[in-house]
Amino acid sequence: MGIEAYLILSAALFSLGVFGLVTRRNAVGLLASVELMANAVNINLVAFSRFQGGNTGQVFALFTTAITVAEVVVGLALVIVLFRARGDVRLDLASELKG
Amino acid sequence: MIEQIGFYVVSTALLVSALRVVTAKNLVHTVLWLGLTLAFTAITFLMLHAPFMAAIQIILYTGGVLTLMLFGVMLTHRDTGLLTVPNPSNRRTSGVLLGAAVFAMVLAAIIRTDSLPDAAPVPMPIAGLGLAFLTEHVLAFEVLSLLLLAAVLGAIVLARKGDPLPGRDVEAPRIAARPEPKPNTDAPPAAPHRELEPVSKG
Repeated sequence: MGIEAYLILSAALFSLGVFGLVTRRNAVGLLASVELMANAVNINLVAFSRFQGGNTGQVFALFTTAITVAEVVVGLALVIVLFRARGDVRLDLASELKG
Repeated sequence: MIEQIGFYVVSTALLVSALRVVTAKNLVHTVLWLGLTLAFTAITFLMLHAPFMAAIQIILYTGGVLTLMLFGVMLTHRDTGLLTVPNPSNRRTSGVLLGAAVFAMVLAAIIRTDSLPDAAPVPMPIAGLGLAFLTEHVLAFEVLSLLLLAAVLGAIVLARKGDPLPGRDVEAPRIAARPEPKPNTDAPPAAPHRELEPVSKG
């Protein structure tokens, strides 16, 4: 398979993640959509690394993996704080900055 | 030929499970389908001759992030029965339009690119990756470790309960059903303290 197939796969995964990001009301569902987008980016990077030779794509993909994991950790801590303050994690109701 | 069939099977499974992630009605289902998506991404990495990435994907994502998300789901629902966590969604048409627009944009960019790289697969030793981390990208590597430390500390400080930070009011959550503990001043404890009887020496 050429590189185009992997790039199209990554684009489709990314757009599914965008759809989930816009659509999801629950905060953890939103984080799952962000995970999809990060995985799409990783597939893209590793595909370029394989088809172009060299390490750079995989190194970049490892960096983005670690950063995404850190982001999910902080995001879930924020979700827990939000749950303690409001009682639910519906993001369409959490629209005021006060409190 | 086999490689092409394998690619189509894996990519179809990946896209179907990603679709189920964003359209599941139950939040626990979303997280479980996400686990399956992450596993299929690891298989995609194997198809791309990147076994180390596949292993890291399994360990970090399906082993770590998935567990964290399950914890997040379980800790943030209101005691309504664990298996029916509702997961509604709104703004579907604008979501579909936006997703289609993003896909069309990237697809156009892929098609219009003149020359995409196309080389034969070169076996890449994992030691080369480690060396690249420690020689060429060492600064980013160290900054990444600082970032992970900051993330862990930040998560602990954010999600900790109890000791109030100065200026932050922890004792007043807005959840209604949390009565404050009444101090027990009514009656002395019922059963008086009984002394241990001395062991009789026979």
